[in-house]
Amino acid sequence: MLIFEQSQKGRSARAQLPREITAELDIPAHLLRQDEPLLPEVSELQVVRHYTRLSRKNFSIDTQFYPLGSCTMKYNPRGVHRLAFLEGFLNHHPLSLETQSQGFMACAYELQEILKNVTGMKGVSLTPMAGAQGEFAGVAMIRAYHESRGDTARTEILVPDAAHGTNPASAVQCGYKVREIPTGIDGNVDIEALRAAVGPQTAGIMLTNPSTLGVFEQKIQEIAKIVHQAGGLLYYDGANLNAILGKVRPGDMGFDVMHINLHKTFATPHGGGGPGGGPVAVSERLVPFLPMPIVAKSGDFYRWLTEADCPQTIGRLSSFMGNAGIILRAYMYARLLGAEGMHRVAEFATLNANYLLARLKAAGFTPAYPTRRASHEFIITLKQEAKELHISALDVAKRLLDYDFHAPTMYFPLLVPECLLIEPTETESKEALDAFADAMIKVLDEAKANPELLKNAPHHLPVRRLDEVKAARELDLVYDPERSHSL
Amino acid sequence: MSSVPKALKYSKTHEWVREEDDTVIIGITDHAQTMLGDLVYVELPELEFSFEMGQECAVIESVKAAADIYCPISGEVVEINELLLDNPQLINEDPYGKGWLLRLRPFENDFKELLTAEQYTKLVASEAH
Repeated sequence: MLIFEQSQKGRSARAQLPREITAELDIPAHLLRQDEPLLPEVSELQVVRHYTRLSRKNFSIDTQFYPLGSCTMKYNPRGVHRLAFLEGFLNHHPLSLETQSQGFMACAYELQEILKNVTGMKGVSLTPMAGAQGEFAGVAMIRAYHESRGDTARTEILVPDAAHGTNPASAVQCGYKVREIPTGIDGNVDIEALRAAVGPQTAGIMLTNPSTLGVFEQKIQEIAKIVHQAGGLLYYDGANLNAILGKVRPGDMGFDVMHINLHKTFATPHGGGGPGGGPVAVSERLVPFLPMPIVAKSGDFYRWLTEADCPQTIGRLSSFMGNAGIILRAYMYARLLGAEGMHRVAEFATLNANYLLARLKAAGFTPAYPTRRASHEFIITLKQEAKELHISALDVAKRLLDYDFHAPTMYFPLLVPECLLIEPTETESKEALDAFADAMIKVLDEAKANPELLKNAPHHLPVRRLDEVKAARELDLVYDPERSHSL
Repeated sequence: MSSVPKALKYSKTHEWVREEDDTVIIGITDHAQTMLGDLVYVELPELEFSFEMGQECAVIESVKAAADIYCPISGEVVEINELLLDNPQLINEDPYGKGWLLRLRPFENDFKELLTAEQYTKLVASEAH
C-alpha cells in the first residue's frame, strides 16, 4: 500500500515541518504555485511504520550476500560514514573561501595523490559524479587531445564485444562511431581482428581489464602497442579495478585514461543508484585536459585549479567538486587500508571468487571459461541445464532469492548464453561463500527433481515472479489520486 | 531447434530477407528472437531513409538486452511495420510473419552475399559453443 493511499484529510505530522518563512519572498507572483502540493496526510506513527516496513523488505548488502557481478557490492565500512558526518565536513558550504576549506581540500588532494599512485597515472580529477560521467569525461579528453593536435580524422572508438554497455554509449555521446572487436574462445580480445580494425580513423579503444568475462586480458601490452602505433589512445574502464588494486597498474599496462568507480572499488555506498563517484586518471599527455576543479598544493596551502590555470580543460561536469561526501568516504577508506591493504583487497577479492568457482565447478556447474583462472568474478553458463532441464538462468536467480541470497548478474555479458556473473568481493567470510555455494547446489538439485519449483520462484518474498515485459512496457510510476479512488 | 524457413535468405547477423516482387521484407530470425527473449521496444527508421548493407537500420530491446538490426541488403525504406511499435511481442510470436520489421526497395542485387537456410542453420549451430 502506498503512503498516499493511507491519507486522511486533515491528518498531519509536525515532526519534520519546515520553519515558517516570514521574510518577503523575492519571487514574482506568477511563478508561485497557487494550489496545494499533493502530499500524503498521515500521522507520524503511520510514516514511521510505513517506511520501517518498507526498509525490512530491502535486499541489501547490509542484510544479504550480494554477488552481483561487475558491481563490486562490498561492505561499506561504518567508520568512514561517521567521519564524513563530522560537523566540519557536513556543514561546509562549497562556495566557502579556500582559506576556510583547507580541511576538505587536503582530503581531496590526498585522494588525488593516492589514486595517481594506485593507478600509475600522472593526473587525477575527482569531479565526475558516477562511472558513466567518468567515461564521458575520459572520451571527451581523448577527443580534446586529438583535436589539440589538429588530428581530426579520427572518428572511431574500438570496443570489444564483451564491454560494458556504457562504453559504446560514452563513445557515441562524444560523437564517435563504435567499431566492435570480437573475443576469442579463450576470453581474450581477438588480436588479428584488432589489427585489421585499427587505422588512421582510430581515436582509441575502451577496455575493461579484467574483462567482463571475469578473466585477465593476457595480451594487454600487445593491444596497447597496436592501438598506440595506429595513433589511438587506450581507455581503461575501471569497473573491475577491484581485481587488480595495488597489484597491476593501468598506467603500467599502457593505458592513457581511465575512470575509477569509488562506489565499487573504494567501498562508498551504491544506495539507490547513487550518489556515485567516477574520478578520472590520465597519463602525462592528457593532464592538460582534465575536468575542473582540481586541488593543487602550493607549500602548505591547498588551492583550486580553474580554467585560468588549465585553459585546455574539457570543462566542468558538476557545479562544485562532484559528490563531496563520497570523495571523503573514499579518501578515508583508502587511508584506513593503506598501500598494503590495497594489495589485500585484490588478493582476497580474487581468492574468494576462485574459491567459489572451484566449489561450484566441483558440484557440476559449467564455468564459461573453464581453462582460465577467475579474476574477482567469474561466469557460470546454464546452457546445458537450459537444454536438458528446461530451466533458465533467470529461474535460478529467482530461486536464490528464496534462499535469502541476492541473485548474481544475469544475461551479461551478452556473448555467454544463460549466464550468471558472480562477484563475491573480498569482504565476505568463508562461511558466507559456503552458504551461497550450498544454496546454488540445492537449486541445481531442485532443477533436476522439480523444475517447476524454480520456474515459479520466488515463493517466499513479498512479491512473486514479476512480469518484466509488462513492467517495461506499461510504466506506472506516478500516483494519481483520481485513478486510485476509482480502483 | 528454432525454425529456419527454406524460402528465405539470411544474414550472418540473424536477419532474414524475403523477396516480394520488386521489394524485399526484412525481419529477425526465430533464433535471434529466442536469444533476445521477450521484446519490449522497437525503434524503426523513417520512410525513404536509405541504408547500406550492414548499416544499423533499427533497434530492438528485450528484457535482457538492446540490439541493433543491421540492414542485410542496401536499399530505401518503403514501409515499416507500425504494428510493432505498440506490440513488439509480435516478433516473439511470429518472427517470419506478423513480426516483420521493414520493407525495402533494394538498390542493387546484393542477394548473393546472403546465406541460404542451410548455411544459416550451420552458422547458428557453430555459434552454439
